[in-house]
Amino acid sequence: MSLLTAREVSKRYGPVVALRSATLVVEPGEVHALLGANGAGKSTLVKVLTGVIRSDGGTILVNGEASSVSSPAQAARIGLAPVFQDPALVPDLTIEQNLRLTRTPVDEVRRHLRELDLDVDFGAQTMDVPLPLLRMIDLARALARNPELLILDEITAALPADLAERVFAVMSRQKESGRSTLFITHRLREVIAHCDRATVLRDGGDVGTLVPQEGGEEKIVEFMLGEEVARAAGSAEATPPRERIELAEGGPTALEVRSLEVGETLTDVSFALHPGEILGIAALEAQGQDALFDVLAGQQRPTSGEVLVRGEQLRARHPYDAIRAGVVLVPADRLQALLPQRSIAENIAAPRFNSLRRWGPVGIREERRRVRRAIEALSIDTRAQRQVRRLSGGNQQKVTIARWLANGFQTLLCFDPTRGIDVGTKRQIYALLRELASDGAAVLLFTSELAEIPLVCDRVVCLYGGRVTAQLDAAGADEATLLRAMHGLEREAAA
Amino acid sequence: MSTVAAERGRARIHWGRLARRHAWTAGVYVLLVGLILYWRTIPAQWGTFDVQSLAIDALPFAFAAMAQAVVIISGGIDLSIGSMMGLVNVVSAKYMFDATTAQPVSFREAIVLALVLIGGAALAGALTGLIITVTKVADIIVTLAMLFVWGGAALAVMQIPGGGTPLEFSKLAIGYTLTPWLPSGLVILAAVILLVWIPIRRRRPGLALYAIGSSRNASFLAGISVARTRIGAYALGSALAGMGGLALTATSGIGDALSGQYYTLNSVAAVVLGGVALVGGVGGLIGPVAAAFVLTLVKSIMILKGVDQNWAQVIQGTLIVLVVMIGGLALRQRGKNL
Repeated sequence: MSLLTAREVSKRYGPVVALRSATLVVEPGEVHALLGANGAGKSTLVKVLTGVIRSDGGTILVNGEASSVSSPAQAARIGLAPVFQDPALVPDLTIEQNLRLTRTPVDEVRRHLRELDLDVDFGAQTMDVPLPLLRMIDLARALARNPELLILDEITAALPADLAERVFAVMSRQKESGRSTLFITHRLREVIAHCDRATVLRDGGDVGTLVPQEGGEEKIVEFMLGEEVARAAGSAEATPPRERIELAEGGPTALEVRSLEVGETLTDVSFALHPGEILGIAALEAQGQDALFDVLAGQQRPTSGEVLVRGEQLRARHPYDAIRAGVVLVPADRLQALLPQRSIAENIAAPRFNSLRRWGPVGIREERRRVRRAIEALSIDTRAQRQVRRLSGGNQQKVTIARWLANGFQTLLCFDPTRGIDVGTKRQIYALLRELASDGAAVLLFTSELAEIPLVCDRVVCLYGGRVTAQLDAAGADEATLLRAMHGLEREAAA
Repeated sequence: MSTVAAERGRARIHWGRLARRHAWTAGVYVLLVGLILYWRTIPAQWGTFDVQSLAIDALPFAFAAMAQAVVIISGGIDLSIGSMMGLVNVVSAKYMFDATTAQPVSFREAIVLALVLIGGAALAGALTGLIITVTKVADIIVTLAMLFVWGGAALAVMQIPGGGTPLEFSKLAIGYTLTPWLPSGLVILAAVILLVWIPIRRRRPGLALYAIGSSRNASFLAGISVARTRIGAYALGSALAGMGGLALTATSGIGDALSGQYYTLNSVAAVVLGGVALVGGVGGLIGPVAAAFVLTLVKSIMILKGVDQNWAQVIQGTLIVLVVMIGGLALRQRGKNL
């Protein structure tokens, strides 16, 4: 008997069909991956399974018994323990209070955290605990309920490699004890290495279940994108390596950073970014990249050091100053940059309210023209255009890029722009960045996907402990080299 | 309180954390003590009478502040607190006074009536909460409507101030316990905090109250019934407002349908001054109680000083803005150091 059978589950939000008819079967004692491009319906299916939302149709059987999961609390009672993508710990309570709130046995959580080799201060206020650690506490909390089915919704996206490894260890322990894990991720390598079976969703329906080890990444991508699209994307990737741009020594820089220092987090960071170039930043979690981007985008002031934009010093006191100097930010958290209740067009036009006719009426015709061009350039899915919060993550990210496209810029700061975004949209975004660069823009790109660096970047700067440990040509930066530099082993890497 | 619970199982007490978490409440108490020290120097003969009249003045306000604090911690706001106090005030004054004999009822009957009214107020609050959670209309709009409902009902019950109350009942608020330096009103306040608030605060319903104020989404994902907790918050707030209405009856000896009006917005001021975040999830009841005393004391000091009443209001408002501003700057400073 299957542990979980969800059959023909459907859900629509107004005009947008999130799930057409999805079927998912999880057997006892397996690690099952749930895959799909953004907007394919993964998150919706997980929310239905865990009682966060109610489906419009379909049946759910747990251990052969029909169950209507009507709330997260009820899901927990029948043995489904989710770790959600959104933090499910209340920020103003301490960790210990959070556990009492959910009636979780504290000692059990403590035991699981010890097993995960983590030291957690239970008296600390949740808002003071770093995000990766919170995810692990969330995981320990789910484990403390001894779940039949552990549901991990993109847990590894916010985790550094060493913590991700511990999550995989948890999944195999679940399996050894005859319990199951439903694992949602965008990292196909993780799926191939750790999952027994995978169900792929596309456009709100399931396209099939496969054994990841057999087909490999290509097979999965094929399922996710549909065969034709996969072939097209594959051929795009097969194009010969692009020409290296030759930079004259002492040529103009778009952005230059000189011995930048921010408190304890950044020390003596210097690099230069030239027009037409994509410079990658590679770093493990919390090695100072956040502070670097905050300073460049004008959200934080450095302790010392200089930021030069086209040779002139920029002392940004506010993001507005940076934007005016042509330095604009695409953050990892899309919703941080967007006005979720407003339309796509308004979101794209928002930064323009500051310029041109600041005091007069907004030039509607001109605005519409620019917005339309940007939407077309990025092929944004405009079905749900009245409210940006209804768009999928990938489309939201496109809107944040489109807004700068419509407004003009010289330097684009991208902080992990593809976090939690599907392969297809990811490729589109990378292609777009290359295109922008060849049009003369400078791009500073921090990404947690190391494999993407040689594909997208010209050069790469590695940060470790707030210091630059290596500056490499991206072409020669394979994953092993990068990983060593990111762990502070720069001498060998540079040699 | 939270810290005590958090430290269970480990002997070490984080003094820094303790201080940081309760810094605001401590600050309000320092302000209160400072004001008291200054206040002592003004009248020629400052003594037990002054202390008792401060307690009498501040008692209904303190209840209003607690009522508002509970609702605001849960992420809502209740504009009907003042008119609920007025309604309980007139109903209690009307039925604690036997019009046919022109004599107040017995103390025992008065206590029973008081408990019934507190229960009734809690039900009325639950109704408000139910309307808010079912219709999903904003808290401020529903409670504004309830302000008119309770206010109108109070006037229907008693158009001109009147009624009465047994002396023993009044003494609960205006008398003293053991020593003339300890007004009974303070003892009642302490008892309500210790016997009602602290047990709730320490248990799961109290945690849920803070949780939904802090993040409704996270609370929902954690399996909390957000709707039930919100209804509970309004019920508890309204029960405390009911106690405030009884305090009005006890301290004034009569019922007056308009007597609660003053507390509608002043309760919000006391809550803010008392260190409760208007967005919810942060703060307690002890701070707002102290803030109610601070605001009452500022008013009496100004009367003693002979300051024009209109200017007194300007000064009171300025004080609130200043304190909240200093608090905000302190929080920002802390944010920078992190």
